[in-house]
Amino acid sequence: MIEWLHPSVFLILGALLIPFLKGRVQQVYIVLLPTLALLTVMLMSPGVHGVVHFLGFELVFGRADKLSLAFAYVFSSAALIGATYALHVKDNGQHIAAFAYAGSAIGATFAGDLLTLFVFWELMGVASVWLIWSRRVKASIEAGYRYLLVHTVGGVVLLAGIVILYVTTGSTRFDAMQQVNGAAFYLILIGFMLNAAVPPLHAWLTDAYPEATVTGAVFLSAFTTKTAVYALARGYAGTELLIWMGTIMALYGVVFAMLSNDIRRLLGYHIISQVGFMVAAIGMGSELAINGAVAHAFAHILYKGLLFMGAGAVIQMTGRSKLSDLGGLYRGMPVTFVLYMIGAFSISAFPLFSGFVSKSMEISAAAEMHLPKIWLLLTMASVGTFLCLGLKIPYYTFFGKDCGLRPTEPPRNMLVAMGMASFLCIFIGVYPAWLYDKLPNLVEYHSYTPTHVIWALQILLFTGMGFFMLRKKLGGLRKITLDIDWFYRKGAGLFMQFVYRVVSPIENWFIQVYRHVFRGNLTLGTKGLWLDKHVIDGAVNAVAAVVVRWAGALRQMQTGQLQHYALVMVGSLLILSLYSLF
Amino acid sequence: MDIGKILENLVNNAKTLKQIGFAVLALIVVIDFFLPRHHSEFFWDDIPGFSALYGLLSFILIVVVSKTLGHYLLGRPEDYYDD
Repeated sequence: MIEWLHPSVFLILGALLIPFLKGRVQQVYIVLLPTLALLTVMLMSPGVHGVVHFLGFELVFGRADKLSLAFAYVFSSAALIGATYALHVKDNGQHIAAFAYAGSAIGATFAGDLLTLFVFWELMGVASVWLIWSRRVKASIEAGYRYLLVHTVGGVVLLAGIVILYVTTGSTRFDAMQQVNGAAFYLILIGFMLNAAVPPLHAWLTDAYPEATVTGAVFLSAFTTKTAVYALARGYAGTELLIWMGTIMALYGVVFAMLSNDIRRLLGYHIISQVGFMVAAIGMGSELAINGAVAHAFAHILYKGLLFMGAGAVIQMTGRSKLSDLGGLYRGMPVTFVLYMIGAFSISAFPLFSGFVSKSMEISAAAEMHLPKIWLLLTMASVGTFLCLGLKIPYYTFFGKDCGLRPTEPPRNMLVAMGMASFLCIFIGVYPAWLYDKLPNLVEYHSYTPTHVIWALQILLFTGMGFFMLRKKLGGLRKITLDIDWFYRKGAGLFMQFVYRVVSPIENWFIQVYRHVFRGNLTLGTKGLWLDKHVIDGAVNAVAAVVVRWAGALRQMQTGQLQHYALVMVGSLLILSLYSLF
Repeated sequence: MDIGKILENLVNNAKTLKQIGFAVLALIVVIDFFLPRHHSEFFWDDIPGFSALYGLLSFILIVVVSKTLGHYLLGRPEDYYDD
């Protein structure tokens, strides 16, 4: 009898067998893997499992408590829904990458120490970029590289924080960080915030997600940001800075979503907006707020997956992704429209849908702590959510000006996956006790009070009225919107321009002066030549000889074994951080 | 039951839908006057219809701010990054 089994084993290792299977058997296997992972999570008993001692570090692979179990539960459900949605895809690489990605998100959730967390964190980045590249067009290859570079930088910052934490406290345990002070606290926080897409560290998300494959984007929408929400809830609950960052984030996403024309970019900005609610709640840190953040993350993964599935179905069947090119699709895709709307009502927090019973906890937590500004701003962000996802996308995609296309419904497996997510969205909305039971803190909370229901309906329906009055003016424009990614997409080019136009001429001027001063003075010239020949050339040659010798030695040191490289990397970071301490 | 037909019917009866919509809007504001209010955290919790007004104001603010930013600062042609 195995005492404890890591659910990621099915997803990460099990996925490696996918290429050896064919046809129907392969499809059954693809559904079986996340189902087994989900069952393992459901049957897991709370406690600390899978402790391994490695190179003097204590690695904890299985810290199962209410917080990690709630996230693992919804992650494995999302993997099952995503796998069903992708069942028709004939690209083994994508299936393996998607499962490795989901598996490492679950692995990071169960990690009890920061080193294990870091390994899964990085694996997540590497696996997920494959879902972007798999679209195999120029735009997605480039966006994938940018995505990878940003996450590599984030990973290094996180690792630096972990190393400093280890050097100063001698521990890599992953618990509340409030006792940690100085650089480690902030470096790890920045690492987490980058993956949570907190502005200004968010542009990787809206740059890359719209370029991913139709099925890959569904996985992407679920794991990276929500793993970061988990990590923040675990380590940084009650960090006041996060209240304001989260609130700004919620509104930032709304404003940029209003300007987006690409439907998946619009959805991406709303991931940022929704995660903003969670980040703000984590910053509040009260028991109700943390419950709210976890409940919201749980519900969000399901409805955001559903929205990405609906958008993916439209893109797959029409080949278009911009609101300005779409319209009138309800005739051909009515089922897709209805399922999409279930996701839209859920994210907008309509009564009887999952967002109402989860997001409202966070807003109630703001009221409970008497934060009027936060309450008003988060409520305003909710208006934006309904405006963009419940009105703008469906109106200009399925109704509005007829674009002339007559697509059919997507393949059945895609509709089934959307149906599964829709069922959960409504189920949680009408039976919230099922979700509340999974939350980390024991708090009495009732979302269905008359005042609360009427409050929500007024906010939402009056937004709807405003939209229908201005509906001729709010459509997608054939434009793109600048965001922070401008700095690394155009800024680098402008820097080079600056070098060519400003730095280079100054250098030339110095060269001219140099020539002018030394020209004519032949004696000095001959002496200079001697100096050049004997001293400078000699030095250069000597350096070259040393470099050649070192290169030879280094070549032999390269064993090609990953753990050696890892050790060298960790070692050099250790040395660097030690150096900075003294 | 054909979802497509139902949607087609709804679209063809947009005028009726609009009237129903306005009736619902009026109804939820009227109901708000008769709701018992137990624990109000902020002063606006006691104002009936406040959230209707706040929802509408938020909508206008979001539209104005985002359209202004997009028009004067952030909007670029679609091929801006292609070179």
